[in-house]
Amino acid sequence: MTPSKKITFSRRSFLKSSALASGGMIIGFNLFNACKPEAKLPVDLSQLNYSDFNAFIKISEEGKVTIFSPNPEIGQGVKTSMPMIIAEELEVAWDDVYVVQAPLDTKNYTRQVAGGSQSIRHGWEALRQTGATAKQMLVNAAAARWGIETSECKVKEGVITNTKDETLGYGDVVLEAALLEVPEEVTLKDPKDFTIIGQGKSNVDIDKIITGKPLYGLDYKEEGMLYAAVLRPPAFGQVLESFDDSGARSLPGVVDVITIGEKLRAFKDSGKTNWSMQMSTTDKVVVIGKTTWDAMKGKKAIKAIWKKDSELESTENHDKELLDLLDSKDLTTKRSDGDVKKAFAEADTVLERIYEAPFLPHNCLEPMNFFANVTPEKVHLVGPVQTPASAQKVVSELLERDIEDVHVEMTRMGGGFGRRLYGDFVYEAAEISNVIQKPIKMVSSREDDMTTGVYRPASKYKIAASIKDGKLTGYHLKEACINVNMYGLIPNFFPAGAVKNYQVDTANYKSNITTGAWRAPYTNFLASAEQSFFDELAEVLNIDRVKLHMDLLENVKNNPEPNIEYSPERLQGVLKLAVEKSNWGKAADGVYQGLSVYYCHNTHVAEVADVILENGVPNVKKVTCAVDCGIVINPLGAMNQIRGGVLDGIGHAMYSDFGFNNGVPQSSNFNTYQLIRMGQTPKVDVHFVESNLDPTGLGEPTLPPVGAAVANAIYKATGKRLTKQPYMKNMNVEEKVLG
Amino acid sequence: MPTFNLKINNETHTVEADMDTPLLWVLRDKINLVGTKYGCGIGQCGACNIHVDGNVMRSCLLQVSQAEGMSITTIEGLSEHGDHPVQQAWKEIDVPQCGYCQAGQIMTASAFLDKNPKPTESQIRNAMHGNICRCASYNSIEQAVKVASEKMS
Ligand code: FES
Ligand code: FES
Repeated sequence: MTPSKKITFSRRSFLKSSALASGGMIIGFNLFNACKPEAKLPVDLSQLNYSDFNAFIKISEEGKVTIFSPNPEIGQGVKTSMPMIIAEELEVAWDDVYVVQAPLDTKNYTRQVAGGSQSIRHGWEALRQTGATAKQMLVNAAAARWGIETSECKVKEGVITNTKDETLGYGDVVLEAALLEVPEEVTLKDPKDFTIIGQGKSNVDIDKIITGKPLYGLDYKEEGMLYAAVLRPPAFGQVLESFDDSGARSLPGVVDVITIGEKLRAFKDSGKTNWSMQMSTTDKVVVIGKTTWDAMKGKKAIKAIWKKDSELESTENHDKELLDLLDSKDLTTKRSDGDVKKAFAEADTVLERIYEAPFLPHNCLEPMNFFANVTPEKVHLVGPVQTPASAQKVVSELLERDIEDVHVEMTRMGGGFGRRLYGDFVYEAAEISNVIQKPIKMVSSREDDMTTGVYRPASKYKIAASIKDGKLTGYHLKEACINVNMYGLIPNFFPAGAVKNYQVDTANYKSNITTGAWRAPYTNFLASAEQSFFDELAEVLNIDRVKLHMDLLENVKNNPEPNIEYSPERLQGVLKLAVEKSNWGKAADGVYQGLSVYYCHNTHVAEVADVILENGVPNVKKVTCAVDCGIVINPLGAMNQIRGGVLDGIGHAMYSDFGFNNGVPQSSNFNTYQLIRMGQTPKVDVHFVESNLDPTGLGEPTLPPVGAAVANAIYKATGKRLTKQPYMKNMNVEEKVLG
Repeated sequence: MPTFNLKINNETHTVEADMDTPLLWVLRDKINLVGTKYGCGIGQCGACNIHVDGNVMRSCLLQVSQAEGMSITTIEGLSEHGDHPVQQAWKEIDVPQCGYCQAGQIMTASAFLDKNPKPTESQIRNAMHGNICRCASYNSIEQAVKVASEKMS
């Protein structure tokens, strides 16, 4: 990003302004489209109406600014950081800005279907343009009133000043501004003049959160709403044979017992598929209760008989299948540089290791749930889903309703981690309400949530390095995974481009267990595997760990390769910063350090874990985290994201395990499935690389590398190389419960 | 269905419910106090934590029939204006990520600091160990408990 720049953009694609009947001005823009990387859509303004917009800036005659942000909040802070970007370019005081996530009640804007990328990176430029455009219109209006050039006006905190020191507030000119043409060209601020971006701003929902106000899907209520608990097959590979609901029906709180599944099967039988439909199409028994507890209790009283319909899979088989795949002919080459075969044939030594990781459920603390009210007039859906546009489309097809009849509203979400990209719970809720034609909320218990998930698939890597004359000559990575692979995305990550002979091959095993994206998809375990491997490789090569990376990155700088996605300079930058801030190599007695450096989700990260041993049990005391994410929009929110990612990464690398036995998930609640708790958490010490480059995401990139930082530190402490997650279980050490 | 008289946030509520209904669901579905959250239903996560006669308790494990005659405080009743020192500290540190666990965290922290206003770091870590935060905002929680303890002493 160069300092203040003039840009011309086809604002017609996503901007429109209008006067409000109630006074003031409103600017509508389509955040969904605006946030796409290819924001400049060739759309004719005359073809658009307000229902095409899903985000609005309202400026009242009092000069107050309300930003209606449709962006779903899952805990990444975008509901705060995105409005910060708009407010910055709009030149208003943050205290005068209100952020609302609610459908506008004006008749014209009721279609509040919102969606879009969580990513600041994609929204950055578009949001800035939107704010700058609004400012420009207000300035144009003031200049016209004064009869002067706009260049003679200055703006600060919502007040426009001319050369005679006369002032007009935004509210004073808003009515005139609303009637002006949307300017074709606006000037963006020089980042060094930012007054809001870069300042720590609290979460905009903070007051509601700390006082327990209704915010989440589970808190949503409507008059006459009933609660629905869904009984799904206990094992993957089973379908419903029969059930006895007499016990449930005899309970006073149970209103009805129904089955669903028909609509879903009809959808699939008609040959349609949808990526978000990660769910079983069997009949499911649904208990409708007056309260959540009534529905849950009723569900327990159902006696169902299930029959096998496809393979009942177990972790034991998966392990074997995946290991076999790593040596099979089914591998497909995703990237190949130089001649790996030759490098390995000529090697003096070959280092080869296998790394393994289990399935993982998302375990959002708010279990999956959704409200649906299907009536002859319309279909009203409310709840925590990250993909409302897709939910709307699928529900309209499932229930064979016009898409205009289907309304989706979003609530705040009690965590996402990828789980709420999938719409299974929306489709179930819609089908239930369609059967009984009453408003219901489908509520999953923790057990339902954990045992009918869309899991991070189990995966295994075999990584090999060829060494000749004490030098790394070749690198060969093979991936075997359940259901999916890396789609050619990861082959262009480090160390691609750094090693002359380089190859990535993948294969997968098709399973009936539902799998999907999980925080930092593709790399959440890969980074642990590769960065553990590099630690061992440095040892075998007898080179300092930091130097090995620095040298490899130097190779990339000297032989630039157009396809690689990371920046060698920025990776070197975070590595240097982490080394400096962590006192790398100079740790106190009894403190063992492990290093990991990685690029993913457009952000460069290096981490150093400090581990001590307490009665032989490793305890992570501190993680130093160096991050290059470009401009930091909201340091408070950014810290939360970074620390959360690091601790989440440690938790899942160390403690969380999930497997199957004859199709049945082996854990169903937090008594047997371990999530990281406070006593197990280190302090995370965060350092940013100072940068004027465009901001990149922070929700994900600090998670993948940390597993290796910890494993590498534990190796120094114990002499044991950890290759299988969760590490604690596979180290066979009793974990200390309290910190 | 039997009827129960419950004293919640200094108000009396009369509710009809099955004897074995966890107080959590009575609060959420019958009395409309949805600040108390459901996370696991088996006493593992602390999202449902409330104060019962000043002690922190899991409302998912407390049956409505056991709650009669006790003085119950939920997050909604922790302070009149949302300005209990623990709430203030949570705001200052900007603790929440998704925010779902935070009512439970605040209830745990406030009952703990009432009994131990000047805790050591390891006492804080022990006291908060029973509350899961899936977003792992643990560093901020720990810091906020410290800030709250300074405010309270
Ligand atoms: S819901 Fe009560 S402890 Fe989890
Ligand atoms: S903030 Fe999301 S669970 Fe704690």
